Amino acid sequence: MSEEVKVLGNWGSCFSRRVELALKIKGVEYEYIEEDVYGNKSPLLLKYNPVHKKVPVLLHNGKPIAESLVIIEYIEETWKGTPILPEDPYEKAMARFWTKFVDEKCLPALWRAVWSPENEREKAVEEACKCLETLQSALNGKRFFGGDTVGLVDIAANFIGFWLRIIQEATGHGDLLSAEKFPTLFKWTDEFVSCSVVKQSLPPRDKLLAFFKARVAEANASK
Amino acid sequence: MAEEVVLLDFWPSPFAIRVRIALAEKGIQCEYKEEDLRNKSDLLLKMNPIHKKIPVLIHNGKPVCESLIQVQYIDEVWHDKSPLLPSDPYQRAIARFWAHFVDKKIYEIGTKIWTTKGEEQAAAKKEFIESLKLLEGELGDKPYFGGDNLGYVDVALLPFYSWFYAYEKCGNFTIEEECPKLIAWAKRCLQKESVAKSLPDQKKVYGFVLQLKKAFGIE
Repeated sequence: MSEEVKVLGNWGSCFSRRVELALKIKGVEYEYIEEDVYGNKSPLLLKYNPVHKKVPVLLHNGKPIAESLVIIEYIEETWKGTPILPEDPYEKAMARFWTKFVDEKCLPALWRAVWSPENEREKAVEEACKCLETLQSALNGKRFFGGDTVGLVDIAANFIGFWLRIIQEATGHGDLLSAEKFPTLFKWTDEFVSCSVVKQSLPPRDKLLAFFKARVAEANASK
Repeated sequence: MAEEVVLLDFWPSPFAIRVRIALAEKGIQCEYKEEDLRNKSDLLLKMNPIHKKIPVLIHNGKPVCESLIQVQYIDEVWHDKSPLLPSDPYQRAIARFWAHFVDKKIYEIGTKIWTTKGEEQAAAKKEFIESLKLLEGELGDKPYFGGDNLGYVDVALLPFYSWFYAYEKCGNFTIEEECPKLIAWAKRCLQKESVAKSLPDQKKVYGFVLQLKKAFGIE
């Protein structure tokens, strides 16, 4: 039976790239459809994600699934091959715990710190760094959060693995993630981006840097 | 082998209630330890050092945190009775999507209803009803979100029913008027022993909310 797998995504979205990474880990062929999320959302997107109207959306034989982490659990359960989650229920619960920590604590704190006005910056950076420190502890001597191979937590933390260092370069502020502050987490980012499946699911570095430099310029112009 | 299951609990917490329902549905023997959140126990701080929050499920000494993660864990470990998640991966994805929707929308917006006034409260009430209507759409003609039996989304949403009276009194509106199907669903679920014994009385929750408003100086 021929499988029809499509991904509605955006080239720069870390959430969209999470799904692509999971599909590549499983060796699943898919058709990618680029959505203009800042401009006009396509009728396809509005049809397949009427509740949130956001990317990514996975279409499997015409049936849509939204929310990147929901999609990844679906990918894990549908296609055998390299596992993304541990088998043991307790270890699985731990992976889900850290994934939720990344999504609900780390990413919002980092985003706030990046775009924070100067007078609020110190506090925002402190909060974000606390999150990074806690996340670093989850590595616990392992090469990846998933152990010897990239797993759910690594995929969820792709923003930290790739986007964050580029954003730091664009803003000129290197006070969030650095080798001095978080040596093992920093090392993890190098391990993460040097994985071949990960490399294939990252946006082009120059394009992403240019994108964020433009956003920084916009933010400064409007001050 | 004797299983030891402990739940660090707090009677009005919707998140703790979810776990109580799941444990009751599966007929799991559990020791419930009520926490005083103004004076957190050493056990709580040790078992959930990162968030220091309830509920915490402790299974044979090992802690699991975050209510929906706990419910999935319970479903996976005690998989031979009353399954909460469907077996089909697509149906599971739909269930996870809606449970996540409940998490993102119902708790935060509900909280805004009892903590704010004026325009902010009006906007919260509107968004709350819109979210409940979307959930009614997902329920459709099924007796439960899980189909013929209580499922993952039912467990995720039901605890907030205990808070509806408090939201209504604070927000001066009736939920049943706008979402009769959802209220009918909740009452249907309450016929089940596992739900009836897990959900606190709505008026008692309202009393608790009034205490909180006083303590935080919210009118």
